[in-house]
Amino acid sequence: MVATHIVESEAPMLDKKLDVNDQDANNLAEAETTNVDPAKKSTKITSEDIDVYYGEKQALFGINLDIPENSVTSLIGPSGCGKSTYLRCINRMNDVIDICRVSGTIKIDGNDIYDPSLDVVELRARIGMVFQKPNPFPKSIYDNIAYGPRIHGLTESKDELDELVESSLVKAGLWKEVKDRLAGPGTGLSGGQQQRLCIARAIATKPEVILMDEPCSALDPIATATIEELIDELRTNYTIVIVTHSMQQAARVSQRTAFFHLGKVIEEGETTQIFTNPQNEKTQDYITGRFG
Amino acid sequence: MTTEHIVTSYEDELASLDSKIAQMGGLTETLVAQAFDALCKGDVASANNVILDDAKIDEYELEIEEQAVTMIARRQPMALDLRQIMVAIKITSDLERIGDLGKNIAKRVLSIHSEIQPIQLMHGMKSMQDLALSQLKDVLDAYAERNTEKALAVWRGDEEIDAIYNSLFRELLTYMMEDPRNIGLCTHLLFCAKNLERIGDHTTNIAENVHYLVLGTNISEARPKGDNTSRMLINQDD
Repeated sequence: MVATHIVESEAPMLDKKLDVNDQDANNLAEAETTNVDPAKKSTKITSEDIDVYYGEKQALFGINLDIPENSVTSLIGPSGCGKSTYLRCINRMNDVIDICRVSGTIKIDGNDIYDPSLDVVELRARIGMVFQKPNPFPKSIYDNIAYGPRIHGLTESKDELDELVESSLVKAGLWKEVKDRLAGPGTGLSGGQQQRLCIARAIATKPEVILMDEPCSALDPIATATIEELIDELRTNYTIVIVTHSMQQAARVSQRTAFFHLGKVIEEGETTQIFTNPQNEKTQDYITGRFG
Repeated sequence: MTTEHIVTSYEDELASLDSKIAQMGGLTETLVAQAFDALCKGDVASANNVILDDAKIDEYELEIEEQAVTMIARRQPMALDLRQIMVAIKITSDLERIGDLGKNIAKRVLSIHSEIQPIQLMHGMKSMQDLALSQLKDVLDAYAERNTEKALAVWRGDEEIDAIYNSLFRELLTYMMEDPRNIGLCTHLLFCAKNLERIGDHTTNIAENVHYLVLGTNISEARPKGDNTSRMLINQDD
């Protein structure tokens, strides 16, 4: 007997073939309905004509990109192509850089997030972010998760907070591993666990959108697979945008992919299409390792 | 023309895949031509050579498949490269089948070499094999040149092979009805004709794969089907 995949979504893909012989048409139909066409999902985030300047230097040129809800959208492209800059526009992280100037419109659920009357702190509670290197606070595992809910005043009692900490850790697939050491330091966990702790921390403020900037690039393949499995589970409840340098990862985890180059979106579409039959030659050259 | 890979050894591997398919294709063409030649001449020695040569084609298939699997494991190919490797596996298996069909014609030479072959019949068979071979040559060129127009022409051209097959089928039936002593020979020839018709089908598969390789989409037209023999009955009044 072969052990099951860490990433569950790979199992049905393989089973699907076997089912044909089994004349188990039900399973087949079920497997197909779970792969709902992401194009049919409603749009969570719209971006219109986004230009970003760092001082004199323009980093993004007229980005128009729609991100569907409850799905994973990956942003790929060579270093310096603007994918992380774009990601940081979505939760207004670029605001903290003095020389950075953003123009254009980004809307979440139809509301302009650059509206001056909007509370940025509240916006960032709705948009969680996970970074390349796991960066737990130098606090206990419990306090890492409880920090956000406390400052945003999301819970009213200690019991409620305990519950939120637990449910966040459960969603991030970390609960079983840490439930007996919640008072221990977050930095004492392994790299992969720390990253899942950061994801739990992001989930704790009940965001709608989770932004991930190369969340697996500092992790080994097993920890990466665990995170990818987690991303796949999370997409039922969250809209996820992930920046990744690994084309294979983009192909594995996302339903849509956008290819950035020199500050522009060169091509955007269904992930399967981008990786089997990209329409733009630049995209093809990049994903096949021909970039000249 | 596509840009080259940053990793040159990857580029070399893709090129070697192409050249192996070209070699395998060339070998397959020669084998079918020799098999048919042996059939026309009743040349047993040459037929035996063909049977031995088919093993070389099988070796190519194994080699190309192995290389493709290794490349998938090591390179994790994407887009055009992924299509090239998948298509290489499929084309190789079609070529291997074509080789088998050629070998099958050669085997029949061993059974019927001593019988006199009706000239008019062999004439029809010859034009069928000429067409099948030129289609095979064109599709291999289309693959080497990544030429979808050429591939489409081959794909559409299969109907003509089917048409010749239909008329040969009728002719062979007529011979058999005329004189039961012809039945042995004609049955073998009928199988040879069927083999040529199948070679045409495999060639059409290759044409479809060339189209997919270059454009990433399947041919949208309905495949022309001209082999009607499954619905033909012996009708004395014909």
